[in-house]
Amino acid sequence: MPDGNQLIACHECDLLQREVALPEGGVARCARCGGILFRSHPQGLERALAFTLAALVLFIISNTFPIVGLEVNGDLIQATLLGTVHMLYRDGMWIVAGLVMFTTVLAPLAHILGMLYILAPLRFGRRPPNSAALIRVLTEVKYWGMVEVFVLGVLVSLVKLADLAKIVPGIALWSFAGLMILFTAATVAFDQRQVWQKLGEVA
Amino acid sequence: MSAVTAASRGLSACHGCGLLTQTGHHHATHCPRCGAGVHARKPDSIARTWAFLIAAMIMYIPANVLPIMITESLFGAQADTIMSGVAYLWHHGSWHLALIVFIASVAVPMLKIMALIVLVVSVQFRSAWDPLQRTKLYRVVELVGKWSMLDIYVVALMVALVQLKALATISAGPGAVAFGAVVVLTMFAAMSFDPRLIWDATENNDG
Ligand SMILES: [Zn+2]
Ligand SMILES: [Zn+2]
Repeated sequence: MPDGNQLIACHECDLLQREVALPEGGVARCARCGGILFRSHPQGLERALAFTLAALVLFIISNTFPIVGLEVNGDLIQATLLGTVHMLYRDGMWIVAGLVMFTTVLAPLAHILGMLYILAPLRFGRRPPNSAALIRVLTEVKYWGMVEVFVLGVLVSLVKLADLAKIVPGIALWSFAGLMILFTAATVAFDQRQVWQKLGEVA
Repeated sequence: MSAVTAASRGLSACHGCGLLTQTGHHHATHCPRCGAGVHARKPDSIARTWAFLIAAMIMYIPANVLPIMITESLFGAQADTIMSGVAYLWHHGSWHLALIVFIASVAVPMLKIMALIVLVVSVQFRSAWDPLQRTKLYRVVELVGKWSMLDIYVVALMVALVQLKALATISAGPGAVAFGAVVVLTMFAAMSFDPRLIWDATENNDG
């Protein structure tokens, strides 16, 4: 709990302010620029852990099963995410392949595993080793996961392909939509301020 | 007006974890809590932002001129740029999607580059013009940046799915590489910019 005496600087305008106690689910905003200083998440880390575990399951499903298929004259061509990356790579488009791989597979996976690594031991009152360095990596990785943009990309491609052939939606199409929601929920619930507080308590 | 900022009290907030530490002016240390380098402001913010912006503007040209997708069918080969892809959606698909792709792929990268130029120039001239509006502009730039990747994903999926020997095959064109570069470079530009510089210009007692 904040003691009401601690100073906090706005990360957008650097104004120095005193931390205040918040009602449940409340948001503290900067008095000068309106930037978010911090939020109160009741049971935030418990929830973050639950969302992260669910997101991991959906991530695995999303990367195992096909997203969509095209049916032409009885033949079915299906695309998985990794298959798509491989196809780009084979075409010599390795930069584009790398970009897709990084933003839709590697960055989200690193983010999910990183949050699990911190949250799971904390849940049982243990301090995971090297957590400080890992949290630093997580704040960088956060920018590069683009699952939600990819989901919109899938929808646009479906419309483009609808003229060409019969479209068969795959399991991963649905799991990607679910992943997008759970991943966002986990990211929001993973409150850094609370994580640091908890890490300080178990140290 | 002279607001009490962390910097004016010799304090710096860690970029990694937000912890306030005592630092002298132009004196870098490491955060005692998370170990990240602590600076009062992002180092070389203006120069770095300009470098990424200029690179993004250069790549913006091939991104829009070169084809991002090449369709080979019985009727010959057809090369699509971003704009011709939007036009195709407009005529054959739905105008909703044409609008989404236009906003994500054409409007957002251009507006993002222009907004960042306005922000950097205003900071360089130490403009005191409406810092609140400029901070909001920066927030929007940060928020929308990643949505420009949309077209890259569309092309990637088309390449994976349209491999029908009898009908058509699609491959990615060189414009896709340039376009991906624009998205990444503008994201780096936005990350390099420090919105606190906007407010520094409104202080009288800067040093
Ligand atoms: Zn502020
Ligand atoms: Zn720190």
